[in-house]
Amino acid sequence: MTRDAALFEFLCRMGDSTLVLGHRLSEWCGTAPALEEDIATANTALDLIGQTQMWLGLAAEVEGAGRSADDLAMRRDAWDFRNLLLVEQPNGDFGRTLMRSFLFDVWHRRMLERLTASSDPRVAAIAAKAVKEVAYHADRSAELVVALGDGTEESHRRMQDALDRLWPYTGEMTSDDEVDREMAEARIAPLPSELRPGWEEAVRATLTQATLTVPESAFAHRGGKNGARHSEHLGHMLTTMQWLQRAYPEATW
Amino acid sequence: MYAQMIKSEATQDDPEKLAAFQARIDRGEKIEPKDWMPEGYRKTLIRQIGQHAHSEIVGQLPEGNWVTRAPTLERKAILLAKVQDEAGHGLYLYCAAETLGVSRDEMTEMLLDGRMKYSSIFNYPTLTWADMGAVGWLVDGAAIMNQVPLQRTSYGPYARAMVRICKEESFHQRQGFDVMMKMCRGTDAQKRMAQDALNRFWFPSLMMFGPSDKDSKHSAQSMAWKIKMNTNDELRQKFVDQTVPQAEYLGLTVPDPDLRWNEETGHYDFTEPDWSEFMDVLQGNGPCNRDRLEARNKAWDDGAWVREGLMAHAEKRRAARVAAE
Amino acid sequence: MSNHAPAPYPGTGTPEGKARREWPLWEVFIRGQHGMSHRHVGSLHAPDAELAMRNARDVYTRRHEGVSIWVVPSAQITASAPSEKGPMFDPADSKTYRHPTFFDIPDDVGAM
Repeated sequence: MTRDAALFEFLCRMGDSTLVLGHRLSEWCGTAPALEEDIATANTALDLIGQTQMWLGLAAEVEGAGRSADDLAMRRDAWDFRNLLLVEQPNGDFGRTLMRSFLFDVWHRRMLERLTASSDPRVAAIAAKAVKEVAYHADRSAELVVALGDGTEESHRRMQDALDRLWPYTGEMTSDDEVDREMAEARIAPLPSELRPGWEEAVRATLTQATLTVPESAFAHRGGKNGARHSEHLGHMLTTMQWLQRAYPEATW
Repeated sequence: MYAQMIKSEATQDDPEKLAAFQARIDRGEKIEPKDWMPEGYRKTLIRQIGQHAHSEIVGQLPEGNWVTRAPTLERKAILLAKVQDEAGHGLYLYCAAETLGVSRDEMTEMLLDGRMKYSSIFNYPTLTWADMGAVGWLVDGAAIMNQVPLQRTSYGPYARAMVRICKEESFHQRQGFDVMMKMCRGTDAQKRMAQDALNRFWFPSLMMFGPSDKDSKHSAQSMAWKIKMNTNDELRQKFVDQTVPQAEYLGLTVPDPDLRWNEETGHYDFTEPDWSEFMDVLQGNGPCNRDRLEARNKAWDDGAWVREGLMAHAEKRRAARVAAE
Repeated sequence: MSNHAPAPYPGTGTPEGKARREWPLWEVFIRGQHGMSHRHVGSLHAPDAELAMRNARDVYTRRHEGVSIWVVPSAQITASAPSEKGPMFDPADSKTYRHPTFFDIPDDVGAM
């Protein structure tokens, strides 16, 4: 794999993860538990969509095949998506949405912090802008996870269910493969496995405060970031998201 | 309009106090939450501001319907930001109404069980992407007609909410028109979508202003109190006069064969919307009434455990702090 | 003086008459970018101060309106009563000498 091919893959991993999570969060628009939450969730979604434009924009540039960020977002099929399995999981109740955000945000923040020192100045510049946004996402989702974990019996039960359900999707975030090693060698990005100890420490600290029990199993689903085996959910999401571009390929919007 | 057919409440207060109150309004003074006010003024305002707030919240749904299908990343962001603004506007308005002694949750419950209404326009479906253009251009355009003068309304908190809303809304109508321009300069299919959207939204937009109220006692009282600034007919005419040239610019045909410029009056003559359809929609028989209320009820019910969970945690934390002191 | 928080409005209680457990109301003050004082911008609901702060950021600074936020429980604000408006504010009316325009300075003195 050439360096540029690996970089393209890596940029799609970042951009597809923000795209898919941004899309999932946008599904809440108008139906969150309170107006304040509706507005806050939309803010996070907007940040993620903005980051998607930057990551996929750079991916398209690196690819050099005349595609745009929108082409990548709207004209690829599921097997070409490189997002983490975690973020494509359906919203479920608001608790599962929050837990999914929390588990991702902690990783995302650490990843971006490291990327601000990337040897590729374009990557470093995107990370520098995104990390401020994501630091806020991470603080907010952690605070809400603590509050709902500790809230009522029902909110505790729902948050524990969400954690149990999503935990097996967290291992993929910190697993390494050929693309990651290529990026690490070029000092463009850290090895994901290096992020694991810090991620786990931060996540466990918050979950303890939330009175939640971390599942013991270390089993990890894989197949999102290399596109080998996405869940069934992604295809349905793309069917909705890409519909106009697919139905009217000649149109500009 | 977002508040339609607001009945003013009869007032049985001391005539002397009433006269002094009216004099304050006539002098252009703002009425503030703790000031004395006639019961009718208070109740009418709760109904009007509440209906306006509910319209913003229910109004998130027809546009939210396309957030997940927006055709480009930028359109997705713009639409989401716009629908998010509507949640914000609902929030500002609920807060304004709360200064009159009714809580947001109370108002929400009154919306959910049908005791309070929202604008008829949001009971129409959004069927194609062009509807995102038409809603921004026509529905927000009609709303702005009413909201701009309401910045000068007599009730301070309402006027201040309106100032904030108008400032934020200024991009909403433009983004709608921008969507329309793209569609009208696009493929044949896009042009068809744009015309179809105008066909479906033209008369419902005219209905937003409500039936003629030139002989209505309720409107006369509300205008005296400066919580209604113009008659429905004035605003509707202004909307038509402003919108027809814009439609011409887009190359679209307004679906009204009798629409024509009247040299004598300096205004367009146009066909009134079908008021029996309007009454049907108000009675709950619009194309989407049941869907909209079902969606709001589901969101409220599904969110209950979150609202309660966060409250319970806050109370525990407060108790722990007190114990530590 | 009177409390700023609204009193319950007659006829708008719950149908079952049970007490609600609503998120309390907070007043939001924001300092803009140009060194001005914090200014009241509106209200919101939140279960506690921490979330009120976050909600204030998300609701009231979407267009980069500020660099600092205060949140105050609405119930903690003490407001002057409208009935005392005369005694409270009218006496300041007659102190015109507190304003620079009270004094005539000849033009040839220059800027002052």
